[in-house]
Amino acid sequence: MRHLYTWSGILVVVFFSVVGDVLMSRAMKQVGDVHELLKQYGLWRVVTRVLSTPSFFMGISAMAVAFFSLLFALSWGDVSLVAPAAASLTFIGNAFAAKIFLHERVDRRRWLAAMMVAAGVALLAG
Amino acid sequence: MTFRKYLVLAGVTVFAAAGDTMLSHGMKQTGNISIHHLQSLLLAFLNPWVSIGIVLLLAFFAAYMNALSWADLTYVLPATSLGYVLLALVARFALHEHISITRWVGITLIAGGVGFVAGGEALTAHPHHRDTSFTQNANSDVPAAMRAER
Repeated sequence: MRHLYTWSGILVVVFFSVVGDVLMSRAMKQVGDVHELLKQYGLWRVVTRVLSTPSFFMGISAMAVAFFSLLFALSWGDVSLVAPAAASLTFIGNAFAAKIFLHERVDRRRWLAAMMVAAGVALLAG
Repeated sequence: MTFRKYLVLAGVTVFAAAGDTMLSHGMKQTGNISIHHLQSLLLAFLNPWVSIGIVLLLAFFAAYMNALSWADLTYVLPATSLGYVLLALVARFALHEHISITRWVGITLIAGGVGFVAGGEALTAHPHHRDTSFTQNANSDVPAAMRAER
């Protein structure tokens, strides 16, 4: 029963992390290169521009849900399982989601990197 | 890639690692949180380690958003994972903890994965991104003929 709790917790964390990351990435692509914008328009315009992007708020909400579910999952299961399992699966999930929803060119180089990082994170906690 | 952009990626890495460490340390002191006692969650925020961890994670978030504005998600994310390597190295060389073979393999895999991504392009070229971007519209450096067509 405890295992079931822990793993459903992990999956909830992974789902909302991926949704949050994808929405945040979309929001910041809509905003544009912050370095260029800062140079031309200053901090205030950049902040208002970020705050007027709907994806930003949806992304923040998803990330907040992910954060609080992580706190819950951490209190149910071992840190040495929950943290790396969630982090590891989030990398894989993000590679899929970035390809499907953000149309990023996830070539063999990036797949390999996502797999290696996910495996490495899992091993590091073992 | 400019030096400033590498600094932003370094910020993403360091703030995430430091923030997570402090938060985890604080939450261990706070103890278990039950769904029936949500007030214990509010109490957790009073723990100094938890508060410092949250401040550091906010700094991480600013750097992360900055990086996402000029790089792909699948490019930025491996950068955050370098934090795990950083933590392991700090544990080994500053705290003189023993690191098992398994962990060294994990460290090598992460470092290798990050190296792979860093060697590629930071941003996928999307023609429609250019079109709708703030800078382009504000500058209106689109040829007059094209503007007339719109």
